[in-house]
Amino acid sequence: MRYRPLRTLLSVLLIAIPVTLILTLVGLSRGMLEESKKRTSGIGADIMVRPPGSSIITFSGAPMDQRLVKMLRQWPHVAGATGVITQPVGGISNVFGVDLDEFNKMSGGFDFIEGGPFKGPNDILIDDFYAQQEKKHVGDTVNVLNHNWRVAGIYRAGKLARMVLPISVVQDLTGNTGRVSLIYLKVDRAENINPVIASLHEKLEGYPIYSMPEYLSLVSIENVPALNSFIHVVIGIGIVIGFAVVCLSMYMAVLQRTREIGILKSLGASRMYILVLIVAEAFMMGLFGTLLGILFSFGARWAILALVPASLQQAIVPDWWLRAGLIALFASLLGALYPGFRAARQDPIEALAYE
Amino acid sequence: MSEAPLIEIRDLRKVYRVGRVDVEALRGVDLDVARGEFVAIVGPSGSGKSTLFHIVGGLTPASSGSVRIAGREVGAMSDAGRTRLRKTTVSFVFQKFNLLPNLTAADNIELARFLGGKNHAADPHFQDVLKLLGIADRLRHKPSELSGGEQQRVAIARAVVNHPAILLADEPTGNLDSVNSRTVLELLRDLNQRLGQTILMITHNPEAAAYGHRIVHMHDGRIVATPPPT
Repeated sequence: MRYRPLRTLLSVLLIAIPVTLILTLVGLSRGMLEESKKRTSGIGADIMVRPPGSSIITFSGAPMDQRLVKMLRQWPHVAGATGVITQPVGGISNVFGVDLDEFNKMSGGFDFIEGGPFKGPNDILIDDFYAQQEKKHVGDTVNVLNHNWRVAGIYRAGKLARMVLPISVVQDLTGNTGRVSLIYLKVDRAENINPVIASLHEKLEGYPIYSMPEYLSLVSIENVPALNSFIHVVIGIGIVIGFAVVCLSMYMAVLQRTREIGILKSLGASRMYILVLIVAEAFMMGLFGTLLGILFSFGARWAILALVPASLQQAIVPDWWLRAGLIALFASLLGALYPGFRAARQDPIEALAYE
Repeated sequence: MSEAPLIEIRDLRKVYRVGRVDVEALRGVDLDVARGEFVAIVGPSGSGKSTLFHIVGGLTPASSGSVRIAGREVGAMSDAGRTRLRKTTVSFVFQKFNLLPNLTAADNIELARFLGGKNHAADPHFQDVLKLLGIADRLRHKPSELSGGEQQRVAIARAVVNHPAILLADEPTGNLDSVNSRTVLELLRDLNQRLGQTILMITHNPEAAAYGHRIVHMHDGRIVATPPPT
């Protein structure tokens, strides 16, 4: 390897790319989901009511009548209820519309670092992560939903959303007056959560209703539609790239070293010894490619924060390092087999005559 | 009765297929080489000298006939068996030295020792060989930093590190000037005389051939004159 540094470096680099892809994709998925779970649990609700037909992760628009919130507030053992409306604002970011009084009762209120609650219909609240990434302060302007909003307050991240507007404003702007996307319920005592859910299921047929621990446990990569398949596709691409890179690189190496292989054979090197030499080199390339890929996943996180601030959240996923490494090594070893067998079967006399 | 020859070759034939044409490289070679003998094999290009070496060294199988080394039939050996033969019994010295260019002289020798399954601490006997070859102070250098004569001496050291029964030297002086040629030939003779190393050497050079105990002439795949062993 060290005698062909450029070829080795390029091979290692190309092996590192699929490793980075896998780690970045899984890291992004997990980062976004963890962040979402953290913010959801920060609401302080016990039960979540989702629109009929919605999955765990996705829902669109505001299909529920806001009067349902009022009705649920009267439900036995329900201590509080609040509806929110959510609207995508580009990429995968959402702005949430909330009734601040209701929300504060349920969650204990936002923990403001700068400024405070809404003072007018053009006010927006943002969390400190968004403010830091976008370099915003109270009084600055944020453009969301084709509208310029004044930052009224910056709160500590971890509650509901990164950007919050008054619910009525979002409803009117998006043509959903009187409608909500999600309803959160607070129950008087913890032991009443399951009975309340059971009674809600009887009355609200077709509505997905979860206790918050149940909901949070369901927010995982496995439950995001198509994400798991997408990860498998990326893994497949990674194996193909790793295989092709190593196969080509080792094939070149075997050609370049034909005479050396002949020399080794004349010294009594067995076929297995030659094969192991080639496979061992591929293994080292796979290993270094994995290490470089892990380093690159840190670089990808940095690049995402720098290029798309306050949007994507990439987690570093050490539990996937081994998996990504095994994928890279598997592909590398697979790629080394043909050149390895070719080298092992090399005729020693022809190899020694090779110029 | 003297002991059995180390190498017994009987009616050895080798036919190569080149495209659609069969080329007879060896056409019935008979040869005995006694243990401790230094035999020079002389002949023009295409006379079958190298093919004979390749078969004796287990690099290629014969088409027919028999080669017995220390009583073992080489033709009956599997590929693995011939690999073992090269590890333990027969070693080569080539015209082009054939040292691994990325390894130092010492590493080239150590690799041969490792492949021969003798990767233990250097034996004192081999240290004597290194002194005899005069390369003890050049071992840390790579082949590109050594002269042709030095490279060939390293190649000889590599060839004898595992104490093979037979050393096959294929034109060992073919790439050397006259001074280095003489040095290498004297070294081969020393190895033969002092250590009893059996040597078969291919050469075009009559002066070089004169270093052997006897000269075997080859022509068109046959031995054309073979004086009896002394």
